[in-house]
Amino acid sequence: MPPLAILHYTATTALGRGRDAQLNALRERRGGLRRNDFGDDRLDCWIGRVDGLESEALPAPLAGWECRNNRLAWLALRQDGMLEAVHAARDRHGADRVAIVIGTSTSSIGASEEAYARLEDGAFPADLQRPIVHTPHSLGDFVREATGLRGPCVTVATACSSSAKVFAQAARLIQAGLADAALVGGVDTLCGSVLFGFNALGLVSQAPCKPFDATRDGLSLGEAGGFALLERADGAPGLSLRGYGESSDAHHMSAPHPEGLGARLAMGDALARAGVAAGDIGYLNLHGTATPANDTIEAQAVAALFPGTLHASSTKGWTGHTLGAAGIVESVIALLALEHGVLPGILNSAEHDPACGEQIRFGNAERPIRYAMNNSFGFGGNNCSLVFAAA
Amino acid sequence: MSTLSATIEGVGFWTTGLPDWTSARAYLRDGTMPDAAPTRPSPQLLAPNERRRAPDTVAVALEVALAACNDAGRDPRALPSVFASTHGDLGITDYMCATLAGDPRSISPTRFHNSVHNAAAGYWTIGAGCTQATTAISAYAATFAEGLLEAMVQLAAGQDAVLLVGYDGGATGPLAPVSMSSGLLGGALVLARNPKADAPRIEITITDGDATRADGLARIAGGNAMAPMLPLFEALARAGDGVSLFAGRGRTLKVGIAHG
Repeated sequence: MPPLAILHYTATTALGRGRDAQLNALRERRGGLRRNDFGDDRLDCWIGRVDGLESEALPAPLAGWECRNNRLAWLALRQDGMLEAVHAARDRHGADRVAIVIGTSTSSIGASEEAYARLEDGAFPADLQRPIVHTPHSLGDFVREATGLRGPCVTVATACSSSAKVFAQAARLIQAGLADAALVGGVDTLCGSVLFGFNALGLVSQAPCKPFDATRDGLSLGEAGGFALLERADGAPGLSLRGYGESSDAHHMSAPHPEGLGARLAMGDALARAGVAAGDIGYLNLHGTATPANDTIEAQAVAALFPGTLHASSTKGWTGHTLGAAGIVESVIALLALEHGVLPGILNSAEHDPACGEQIRFGNAERPIRYAMNNSFGFGGNNCSLVFAAA
Repeated sequence: MSTLSATIEGVGFWTTGLPDWTSARAYLRDGTMPDAAPTRPSPQLLAPNERRRAPDTVAVALEVALAACNDAGRDPRALPSVFASTHGDLGITDYMCATLAGDPRSISPTRFHNSVHNAAAGYWTIGAGCTQATTAISAYAATFAEGLLEAMVQLAAGQDAVLLVGYDGGATGPLAPVSMSSGLLGGALVLARNPKADAPRIEITITDGDATRADGLARIAGGNAMAPMLPLFEALARAGDGVSLFAGRGRTLKVGIAHG
């Protein structure tokens, strides 16, 4: 595929607001997980919570979209000059020619949960009788209103691969000539549905998650938001999206394919589309949820494709699993690795799982790299891999 | 402004009262409706026990998806797919929110994993044994137009054929007066890059303007959140030459149709 320039990118997670907060925490190996302090009924687990959302009300013109998820979207959009960059792209290309492709898993279902908790005579309370916050496109519609863009505007909701797939869909829209630039990204916030849902599946650890550790026993949930601005590359040096690969496991709704079939297809397809050899990837950010099943299968799929020299890691020990935002957050980490040469290892993990190959690195490394990759896999066996390049 | 084109090789359709494309076309032609139409689709792609347990939205999506593949003579395993739904399964959203408000620790793990917006896409790829890419999108009233756009750009990016499925179900519980959607509605198209004898070609352009109003199928399924797709299905049935689909505030997706 023709490369797409990544002119701006940002993320806000439990590690803090904006790129520097992510980079510094990764470099200093300072995690963002805390004991669960979300909601009234608190499961015994650890979470990656974004501080300050409770006091970050949306500005009056956007009040119709008010909810925790759109607050995080608005907060993330204003870091690292992203909103100004979007306005500049709008002025450069015209509002009709900039697309919005945004990923989320649960969008603002937290608002629907709140409405059910505060029913008045069986009906939603007046302040929550706003249909837009009770539907998945709450996020995409909010971003459209907040940016003034008028190009194609869509919310991708393929569970935990959502905000990786946005890069692929945006690349296609630009390649087909339907847009000259695209704002991509994703936002997911903590809510009862995911805390109690993943708990019901037996996938939540009571301790901070330990990706790829031999004693790992489940994930830690987190919330996050992030964005990237894509444009047709003009040959100038800089970061770029070089390839994407998408596949389906065709196996099970909530368990990965035992041989990692879909993961291999997605990674192989992304490398092929990028025209990059597996040996040229300098850093791979893994899906690495820290569930017993995911990590072994993903490590084996990686070992089947990549040489032992690859530095691969999951950064979910820092941020928690941010679900529909994981794709953008971990793409941002891959882009930081390309820009700064900081290759994160794995936080909280100490005991190597003999079933995982030497590609899986617990310690950080610092060296310049040319290509980085990100894996995001979701329920339904929905997989996406992305290849990014420096210079 | 760029124009993209495709062949519509196959169509699938199901709504309460009109359980396939043949009966939908008959209804548009002379107003007849089949006697004793089933109240729920029975998607043959799923094993019998799964067929009964699947959420309504999954059942209708898989039903029309398979019908469109059969109509096109395409193997479901070979097609990448785009699943477009405004709300996903509102019945499950109602269950999740009501349970969280009452007894959160009793959430059903199966209903939780069925609550993801890509549940139908997941069951489709599992049932069909399809490892091709699939996606699940929403764009509120522009959901079908954005789904059609994504299917068309997949063809432009080199795919030979793509399956597009639009579907929504009915709202239940306290959500019903807010997320208004009633009945069960699904429509599917197999879109292909190359022309095929006797199959209609479409071309699409995004522009400013208003959407075409559906006037036939809307009498049956107009209350469903996926109703904005109905003008296209009506035009296909009546050999119309084009429609405009709602594509966001003030925007439309103009679909020109050339019948083979």
